[in-house]
Amino acid sequence: MSSEDPVRFVDERLLEASTLKKVLRYVFPDHWSFMLGELALYSFVFLVLSGTYLAFFYTPDSALTTWQGPYEPLNGQRMTAAYASVLDIVFKTPGGNLVRQAHHWAANLFLFSIVVHACRAFFTGAFRKPREPIWMIGVLLVGLAMPEGYLGYSMIDDLLSGMGVAIGYAVGLSLPLIGGPLTVLFFGGPLPGADVLFSRFFILHVFVIPVLIAVLIGLHLALIVRAHHTQFPGPGRKEGNTVGSPLWPAYALRSMGLFAATCAILLLGGGLIQINPVWEWGPYHPYLSFNGAQPDWYVGWLIGALRIMPGFDVQVPGGDHTLVPNPFWGGALFPMLVLGGLLAYPWLEQRLRRDGAMHHLLDRPRDSPRRTALGAAALANLVTVELGGLTDRVFLALSIDYVAQIWILRVAFFVVPVIAYLITVRICRELKRREIHPLRGAPGTVVQRTPEGGFRVIDAAPFEENGSSEARVPEAKRRTLR
Amino acid sequence: MRFLTRLLFLIGALRAGRPAASQSDGERDVDPREREIVSTPRAEWALVVLLIGAGLLAGAFAVLIAAWPNTQILGGTLGGAFLLLAAALILAGKRVVPQEVAVEERTIPAGGRARDEARELVTDGVEGVTRRKLIVAAAGVTGCGLLGAAALPITAWGPSAAQRIDSSPWRAGSVVVDERGEHITADDIELGSWLTGFPEGASVEDIGSPVVIVRVDPTTLDLPAGREGWAPEGLLAYSKICTHAGCAVSMYRYPLFKPRAPGPYAPGPALVCPCHFSTFDVQRGAPVVFGPAGRPLPQLPLRIGAGRRLEAAGPMSGSVGPAWWGVKRPLT
Repeated sequence: MSSEDPVRFVDERLLEASTLKKVLRYVFPDHWSFMLGELALYSFVFLVLSGTYLAFFYTPDSALTTWQGPYEPLNGQRMTAAYASVLDIVFKTPGGNLVRQAHHWAANLFLFSIVVHACRAFFTGAFRKPREPIWMIGVLLVGLAMPEGYLGYSMIDDLLSGMGVAIGYAVGLSLPLIGGPLTVLFFGGPLPGADVLFSRFFILHVFVIPVLIAVLIGLHLALIVRAHHTQFPGPGRKEGNTVGSPLWPAYALRSMGLFAATCAILLLGGGLIQINPVWEWGPYHPYLSFNGAQPDWYVGWLIGALRIMPGFDVQVPGGDHTLVPNPFWGGALFPMLVLGGLLAYPWLEQRLRRDGAMHHLLDRPRDSPRRTALGAAALANLVTVELGGLTDRVFLALSIDYVAQIWILRVAFFVVPVIAYLITVRICRELKRREIHPLRGAPGTVVQRTPEGGFRVIDAAPFEENGSSEARVPEAKRRTLR
Repeated sequence: MRFLTRLLFLIGALRAGRPAASQSDGERDVDPREREIVSTPRAEWALVVLLIGAGLLAGAFAVLIAAWPNTQILGGTLGGAFLLLAAALILAGKRVVPQEVAVEERTIPAGGRARDEARELVTDGVEGVTRRKLIVAAAGVTGCGLLGAAALPITAWGPSAAQRIDSSPWRAGSVVVDERGEHITADDIELGSWLTGFPEGASVEDIGSPVVIVRVDPTTLDLPAGREGWAPEGLLAYSKICTHAGCAVSMYRYPLFKPRAPGPYAPGPALVCPCHFSTFDVQRGAPVVFGPAGRPLPQLPLRIGAGRRLEAAGPMSGSVGPAWWGVKRPLT
């Protein structure tokens, strides 16, 4: 190695200096909520790294074997080679349980940060032109991340994961017309499937879906770089610019700090907070199940949807031929409607508002009361459905009758979103009218004492009804806001 | 990185066509640019300490994983190393390197002349081609063919499509055994208790195999027509695989007292699936009395054979397991 100047090295061989300059000066507007997408990205990196380590030890094979190991309750039990290899990771591989648990926590953080990031993008109107494709890619990422997580814990083949596989099998069977043959083909036969089933889960979980996710993340980021980041309105911030930290050096360091912090949280979680104790329930057999089985929260809403759906199969009159089995409604149609609605939303809003303009400055949630209320209604609906997945836990914890809970949720499914919509519209309009900040508190009224000893309100001038930015708040008020 | 570069090139190329900034009212014309040198010796020393601490903890992890691989200690050391590293990087980013607020011009929308030229390039590409629609349609045929060719090999994945999804090994005369293969006799099941049975010689992993056997008071039986004699001494056998989503129906709700008021669901003994709480009334041939299942659990007719051991008196009354398009043809 020569002691060549590194910039010259890059300029001559890798990146032209003019391009390098642009990369280093790329501006990131500062707002805490813009970190959520990065958090998702870094969780994904962590998932790839920890997953690679686990893949060195995991055996995707459903052939039966007898496990020998230091955990007495399972020592000598018959189980699939897949489950035996997971127990080996937990009990025999140095650091294996740490990595397995950190991987599981990372999957939860990945989904969580994607969902909160999507909420941020929705409530601030970041999906508007020209970012509709970025939003749609994000929705596809949600649609991929959920089955990716599901496959991950389905490959373990303990009793909990086997019950999840059985439900997945039933949802597959329920797809109209093709569901039955296609699902049986994929499983290699009826439940519990052929010995190759876990090889098929494995290739999807460690290759097909992660590659798709990585490609979509790459596209998502490339399109963001092309459009530049959005920003909240503020002094000097216009539709035509971005104001914030350049990439080099402060932003890069802080972002790397976020990556390190993500790793730290996941490793501390993986080491100190137990998640999915795979040794607890023992191996899966189709004739076994236990009460209180809970999937991860990002699949819980599907369980909830399956549970609160009234019981009926669509049958040919006479009842000797089923057309649409029940799991289709909650397990397949409902999530497809949710994701489809999310994909279509930017285009729908454009059409409804007749708004074909470019938007680089973000709305605050209150600036668009109906959009915010619609989002709140959708979230309320999903939370209601998610509660359906918790009904058995609620029954155990609070002794609320199970049947009563289901009936309450069936009604709430329709009623709660309407209430959420109305309340949110009201809150947004009120916030807009008064220009107070719900977290920073009311600014109060500025009162002046007159030389005569009287008091005078000097700040009661009505604010612009459509004031969409803090920049439009009168100076005196803004001082108190900060 | 190359992709990023190309995009930045593209952005650079498109800059020429950028229109003037769209809006400007007083406040927004403020120039927000600022740059501040913030480094202090104290901050730099703190950074050094944090970095060395992170290195030491990571080194400790490397030693421990060989010497004492305890999950909690390993997670604590490696997580701690990253925690210190995160603190170091954030400190460096906020208190050591120059703090700057910069302004970058946006390049979207590009538009203008470049867009018209690009559009021309696209249309020039099919200049002189007259049978465009026909060619597109022909390419569609190619696409469909290739798609079919790519998709159909998945038929090699599974058993022949003719295989029944719901095949069950139960036949008239199948002897009922438990999961260890030992015979189950009529006396093994008391009122209010239940057992899981399998057909002797069949795989216990087959979803057509497991049945739940319960005993109820024979006088309370109210089975559908045609099932006379299926429940000797009040012994009933139903497929253990839920007709909703394929979980094992492993909960048996056996009321020990009569409910004081009629509830929304049948008060009698019922089988309950723990996945989505489909509830099946065992006295009436397991119809769904609550929950999302769409059809009853198939019943296995029982008889009591030699030595009071339980045997199947016939095949299952219907398709076993979750439903699909076409299910519920009665088995013959």
